Formats: sequence, structure tokens, C-alpha cells
Amino acid sequence: MTALGIAAAVKSGERTALDVLDEHLARISQRDAEIGAFNLVLADEARTAAREVDAAVSRGDAVGPLAGVPVALKDNLCTRGVPTTCSSRMLEGWRPPYDATVVKRLRSAGAVIVGKTNLDEFAMGSSTENSAFGPTRNPHDTDRVPGGSSGGSAAAVAAGFAPLALGSDTGGSVRQPAALCGVVGLKPTYGAVSRYGLVAFASSLDQIGPMASNVADAAACFEAISGHDPLDSTSIDGARDPVVAGLGQGVDGLRVGLVAELCAGSARLQEADGLDGVSAVEGVAADVIARVDAAAAALEAAGAAVTVVSVPSAVLGLSAYYLIAPAEASSNLARYDGVRYGLRVDAANAAEMNVSSRTAGFGAEVKRRIMLGTYALSAGYYDAFYAKALRVRTLMLRECAAAYAGVDVLLGPTAPTTAFELGAKTADPLLMYLNDVCTIPSNLTGHPAVSVPFGCGDDGLPVGVQLMGPALSEPVLLRAAAVLEKAAPPDGGAP
Amino acid sequence: MSPAVPGREPAVPEDWELVVGLEVHVELSTATKLFCGCANRFGDEPNTNVCPVCLGLPGSLPVANAAAVDFAMRLGRALGCEVRGAVFARKNYFYPDMPKDYQISQYDQPTNTDGRLELPDGHTVGIERAHIEEDTGKTTHIGGGGRIHDADYALVDYNRAGVPLVEIVSRPDIRTAEQARAYVRELRAILLAIGVSDARMEEGSMRVDANVSVRPAGADELRTRCEIKNLSSLRALGRAIVYEAQRHVDLWCGGERPRQETRHWDEANGRTTPGRSKEDADDYRYFQDPDLVPLAPAAETVAAIDAALPPLPAARRADLAADGGGAVSAEDAALLVERGQDGLVRAAMAAGADPGVAATRVANDLAVDDWSPVTPEGLAALVAMETSGRLTATQSKQVLAEMAEGGGFPDAIAERRGFQAMARDDLAAVVDQVISENAEAWSRFCGGDEVERKKLAGFLTGQVMRATRGQADGAAVNRLLGERAGS
Repeated sequence: MTALGIAAAVKSGERTALDVLDEHLARISQRDAEIGAFNLVLADEARTAAREVDAAVSRGDAVGPLAGVPVALKDNLCTRGVPTTCSSRMLEGWRPPYDATVVKRLRSAGAVIVGKTNLDEFAMGSSTENSAFGPTRNPHDTDRVPGGSSGGSAAAVAAGFAPLALGSDTGGSVRQPAALCGVVGLKPTYGAVSRYGLVAFASSLDQIGPMASNVADAAACFEAISGHDPLDSTSIDGARDPVVAGLGQGVDGLRVGLVAELCAGSARLQEADGLDGVSAVEGVAADVIARVDAAAAALEAAGAAVTVVSVPSAVLGLSAYYLIAPAEASSNLARYDGVRYGLRVDAANAAEMNVSSRTAGFGAEVKRRIMLGTYALSAGYYDAFYAKALRVRTLMLRECAAAYAGVDVLLGPTAPTTAFELGAKTADPLLMYLNDVCTIPSNLTGHPAVSVPFGCGDDGLPVGVQLMGPALSEPVLLRAAAVLEKAAPPDGGAP
Repeated sequence: MSPAVPGREPAVPEDWELVVGLEVHVELSTATKLFCGCANRFGDEPNTNVCPVCLGLPGSLPVANAAAVDFAMRLGRALGCEVRGAVFARKNYFYPDMPKDYQISQYDQPTNTDGRLELPDGHTVGIERAHIEEDTGKTTHIGGGGRIHDADYALVDYNRAGVPLVEIVSRPDIRTAEQARAYVRELRAILLAIGVSDARMEEGSMRVDANVSVRPAGADELRTRCEIKNLSSLRALGRAIVYEAQRHVDLWCGGERPRQETRHWDEANGRTTPGRSKEDADDYRYFQDPDLVPLAPAAETVAAIDAALPPLPAARRADLAADGGGAVSAEDAALLVERGQDGLVRAAMAAGADPGVAATRVANDLAVDDWSPVTPEGLAALVAMETSGRLTATQSKQVLAEMAEGGGFPDAIAERRGFQAMARDDLAAVVDQVISENAEAWSRFCGGDEVERKKLAGFLTGQVMRATRGQADGAAVNRLLGERAGS
């Protein structure tokens, strides 16, 4: 049952929120031992919240658009009085004294928080294998990863543990696991959703986004969590176009640009003019490109005009990202020093206590990125690394602005491959980083992007295609995603 | 050699020149902190004015306090700075009293740049920048006599964490210890005048660091400087500069050179001691804080700040001097403006008070926190009683003190206290008698030079005082002596 279906049934009294919740809790207890989507299931708290929704319905009170809908939260979103670990030893046992803005908004929309999902430690990773509490497995094939870093949330939706989940996306952490788990994942415009209460990884790139089994649910969740928040200075003020209401309007006349740099091997590139010198990112699998071409054809069939466009700086995105994100992370993660909360490993003095706590509390990938970022910001290296990365970001914004003068949305793959096996890339960090090569540009520009399932790869596992648009173009992106959803082959069904 | 009076004697030998720049941190007196809604209040129970933001809890985000930014821009304009678009930057270093282990500050794009501060003596000190930053918490070391290295443990109070600060960085334009003290006094007077800080050095709401170096007289090079910290009073500032300058001169003269380092002023022993050297200083890895949007004050905002700026101390001193027609001393004017009593004195002058007497009486004898019961009319009446000889200077002081405590109008107080106005005619008779009884002294007074005259005036006035049992007004006696001598 979809989230919107549940909300309608709960509102009409056809079903109770408690009933719906128990059904999902049963699925969790049946299968989460195998999947490992949750760090924490909040059965009691969720039952209390569901009963409140049911009581409101029976009193005839107004209930929100997500009344009675179970929602899973990535465990880097702060929940009042409930452990928020970021899947790190460093924060084990810490209970935030406040709710993230998105959590408050979900609660007031009537949603029922069902649990906290696993992630790569501090959202650093692309497979959810960097969790201090063990990996999450892909519900489609439990020998494979669910992607990351929001792998727990993606797996929870794919396994039917919750119809909706929130993830956070810094370089693709909502979209890539959505693609690998066969669900819809939206990375909203930077500033569309408040970051207050999201434990920061890289503040200028982080954005919270919905994950759902279908486009309409993702759109409804986005509407519920977005909007200006005075607690986040980077949140965007002003009126927004509705998203859900326009989902059925189709793509007739929409101008779609297939991004040449992300689609090496696409038949359309060979046919296009003036692309001789284009250098494309390497490693995007042929079966994935085939699905992107099929999506382009589906959009054309629905009335869109598809052309090939070039965004040359897209190939530089990965390098720029792996300077900017670690630089910000090195500063954001400094506060985990053992003084005020979380893990403390005592030592002779404060400075040594900082070192021993951080040494014991952080995993290898987090340490690697803190060191990379510290280096990139250091005196004598700042200009060569961090400042140069910022210039790439500016260049990319300029090139995207030029591209959006000619097309309304961009199309490309979400992830280079379908879900890979656990352990396949853990020994080679650079190989792992390549997972984000197609998703990173949207984080660097702050623009929205959505991954929508569109059939399967040669191995029978889900493939996601990615639609990208200019700032605040979520209504258009999700409208196009709805068209693809309808046109998608039926073989990408529930695991 | 007499004991050193800070600032009075030259800090360095004649063939050397002192070069000082000051960095002054000022806590802004906004109701709330810089990036959250917690109370900005000194002296509360530790860790009571705290929230997720100023504790730097995971997931929390700062939002700039518009009032703090306004205060900072007001200060910038009062210092003649250019107020521009600015960005907040992170200064990264680990310290337990800093909740995020970075300090939000401003780095390459501060709010205020390129200003100046004119000292009462006319010397101008350039202001390089005045930027906004957050304060840290406060660490108390327990055990081991309070010294960091011997302490058993430390307690941290985060009430101060996130309190808005402005750091005012001067150019190295200060040449004497006295100028340094005058700079801080003048800055404090400006802060009080525009109402952005209570600027109390002893409570730490105004903290001064001095960058000290020396160079051969006539040179324009800048030699290695040392930054002196822990200067908790104007006296300490002056002493530390004198000490440090002499230390540098001794080093250079001995063929050595000072190390660039931070040094601490040891008040008890009157010397500076080495702290951290700049060679092993932290690399702060400044970068623009992505959590905060750049500040972009509109031209109209700056214009509105200018329009709302109250008269500043320099202008108020000038106004006081002009109203006083030359009778108000520069020292009195500076003191009155610093205390905010210039308005009272000017109003009393307007009500007819003698400018010099009014200024001196208030400057010398109204050093109280609350003088609101003293009205300009009351002050003018008091000054009139003093100049007419109805009150002696000593009596006048006492009456003024009672006026400040709400005692009412001066004539009523004088009467209640039994201060008998000695009528001018009665006093003249006593003076004439003293002249006739001291004929030799009188003739020497009439024929003497200025020094002689002054000496004998003292003697003759003393005789009058003895005859009147102190009821006479010294100034009135002096005037009568002058009249009788025909000068």
C-alpha cells in the first residue's frame, strides 16, 4: 500500500494507523534481522503516535497529509530523547534534546516515526558498509549492498518496512541507494528543506530528501518537509509551486537534455553533432546506459523533445567534491572531542583525551576524510586544492545555467552500475567514490535531482535513471519522473 | 631614579621608537547571543544560558543575530570604518571551552575596515578592521593552585559561548604607553556613547591585547613584535608596554632579536613571560562558514545607522569646550564626556553657571554611578552660591554629594547643614583686619613677583581662615586680597 493510500484510508476510517503500523512492524520483525535496515525500531513510541492519529480521526479532528503513514528516518536526523548515532561509535548513546525540523514537520503531518535506519558512518560512503553497527543488505539480493549512505532507508522502503523514509544526500546518498534498491529518491534544491537537526557531513552540500516506493509518495513527503525554517539561514524563503497537484500533467513539450559526459556509449551520442571532443566519465555500465536511452525514448513517446547536451565540468565534479566535502567535514566533525557528549576515552590531559576519543570513536573512512579535508584547507595548500575546487563549482554552475537555457531538465544515469556485492569495493576507496560520479554535480550546484527506477540491468537488479533540473524545479522533475514511472517495464517489481 | 609611573616617562631611550598596535575584544550588550536566542548575561549560574546551538550539539545550526550585526556596524561607523558586505568564516582549533572546536569569526571579508580613532590630544590611530566573532566558554582549572598544567580537572561554563564580540584591530600607530591607554579610554567612551557594550575591563567585557615592537628612531620599518595578553586594566596595559619595549631595546642592543611570540603580562612581578611562539602556532584553516549566508548591508541601512549615531565623545568634548568659552580644562572635558556628564554641565552653563567652576565641581566631586537627582538648575544654583562666596569649595562639595543622593535644591541643603553663608561685607572686614595686623607681609605681597605673591597669598588666606574658623571661602579671600592690592 502506498503512503498516500494509507493516509486516505486512515483519514476515511477505513483503516486505523495502529493497524497499518503493526503490519509494518510485523514485516520488520520478520525480515530485518536479515536486511539490517534499522539501527533502532521505535515500536512503543510509534504505537503511541499511531493511537494519537486514530484518536484524532475518531474525534473528527483535522489530520495531516501523511496521517498514519509509517516513516523511517536515517539515523543522522535528530530525534528528541531518542538515540541518534550516525552509525558511529562516537555518538553511541547520545540522545538529542531536540527534534530536527523535518521530524517536527513529519509529526505534524501525521506521520508515525517507525525507527532510525542504518547508514555509512556520518553519511560517508556509498554502500552502508562503513557503519559501526554492521552493513545493511539489499532486499533484492542480500549478498549485495543497498548503496549508501542512506542504505538503511532505501532498504526499508524496498523491503516494505515503511512506505516512506528520509535520507540525506551530500554526493548522491539518497539517489544512489534509491537506484540500487529500486525505489524513488529525491535530492531537493539546496535550501528547500531545512537542515536543522541533520547531523552535518558537508554543510554546503547536505540536503535531506524523501525515499518512497513511488513518485507521488515522494512528492507528498517533499511537500510535507520543505519550506522556510528560521533555524536554518540557508533555507529558502518564499512561496513554492505545489508538487503533488501537478504530477499528472505529463511532459508534452518538455525539453530534455541527455548529459553527454554521463552517458558514454549511448547510441544518441553517436548521432548527435558537435560532441567529438567530449570526454565522458568512465565506468558507467552499458546495461545502465541502455536503460537511460530507454527512458529518453519513453519521454519522447510522451511528447518530450530529447537532445544531447554537454556539461564539460561534469567530469571534474568528483575531484572537486572530494576536496570540498572532506574540507567541510574536517571542521564539522571537530566537535566530537569527548568533552560534552558521546564517546570519551580518558587520558592525561584534555588534548590527549581528544586524540584518544577520536581515535577510538571514528571508523577508517571518517578518519580518511578528516585527514583529506584538513590537508586541503591547510596553509600553503588551500589555494591549490580547496580554492580550486570552489572554482570548479562556480564553473559547473555557469555551465548548468547555460544548459538550462536550452533544456528544461537533464537526464542521465543515477549510479554507474546495479547493486554490487558486499566487500567488492571496500578495499579500494577510490573505486567506491566512483559510485557518486553521476550524482555529485547536483550537490555542487545545489540543484534538485531525482532517481526513478526504470527497469533492470543484465543481472536482473534495479536500475535508476536520474532527472536533474535548475533550482526549485522539483514540480517539473517529479512530473517527468511520474511519466517514467508509468512507462517503466513491469520487471522491476517488489523483491 | 624614581619609581616608574606608567606612561609618564618615555618607554624607550631617545634613539628608539615604540611601535604599538592594539587588538581589543569587546562583548556586545545585545539581549541574546550571536547565533541563538540564549540570554547574553554575565554572572548567571554556570551552563544555564545554553541551547543546542551555543553548545554546538550535532545537527544544530547558527543564525546570525541581526541586533549584533547592527551593533557591530554602529561601532564601525563610529570609528569611521567602511561598512561592507561580509562573510563569516570558521577558525578551526581544538579547545574544550569552544563547543564546536571552531570559532565563527570573520576573516578576509570583515564587516568594518579602514577607520580611525582620534585621541583627545589630537593623535590619530588607524583602525585596520573591526570584525564580528563569537566568544568561547570559560574554563576553570580545579586543583594544583589553579594552574593549567597542575590542575586535577577543569570545569567549563558555556554561558559565555556564543556571546557576540567585536574585535577592533588598530594599525601600529601608537607611540607611547600613554597613547595606548588614551586609545582604550577613548574607545571605551565611544562604546558607551553608542550603547553597544558596557566595556568593563575588569569583568572581561573589554579585553585588550597589545602588539609591541621597537625600532631605531626615524626608521619606518616594522620589527618583530610580541603580542601581550592578560592585560586586565589600563594600568597593566601601560606597565606591560613599558616593560616589553625595554626588553626589546635590551635585546636589540645586545645583538639579539626578540622572537615573534605571544607573551603573558605577570601583574604581580611586573613582567611579561613567554607563551606560545608563532612558529608552532596553529594553522587555523579558515574557510567561509557554509552554515551562514553572507551579510550584505544595504546602503540605506548604513545611512540609517549614520543618521542615528549619537554625538561621539570627540564632538561632545568640542561642544563642551565651546560652551565653556575656554574655561573648561581638557582633562575635565575628557572626564565629563567619559562619564556622560557633559550634558548636565552644558545645561547648567546654559542656566547661567560659571563654566569652569561647574565643570570642575562635577569632574572632581560627582564620581558616582547615579547622578540623576542633580538637575541643571540645581547645579547652576550651587555654582552661583560658590562663586558669590555663599559657600566655600569644601561646603559646595558636600552639598553636591547630598544633591546626588536626592537631597533637593542646594540652598535648602546648605541651610539644613548650617552652612552659614559668610556675607561678602563681613569677610571684607576680616580681610582688612588681617592686612593691618600683617603689614610687612602685606607690603611684600603688594610688591612681590608672582612666586612671592602666591606664597604670601597662602599665608594671608591662612590668617583669614583662622580668624573665621574656616567659614571663609578661599577663592573669595583671594579675590579680596587682589582687589585691596589694586591689581
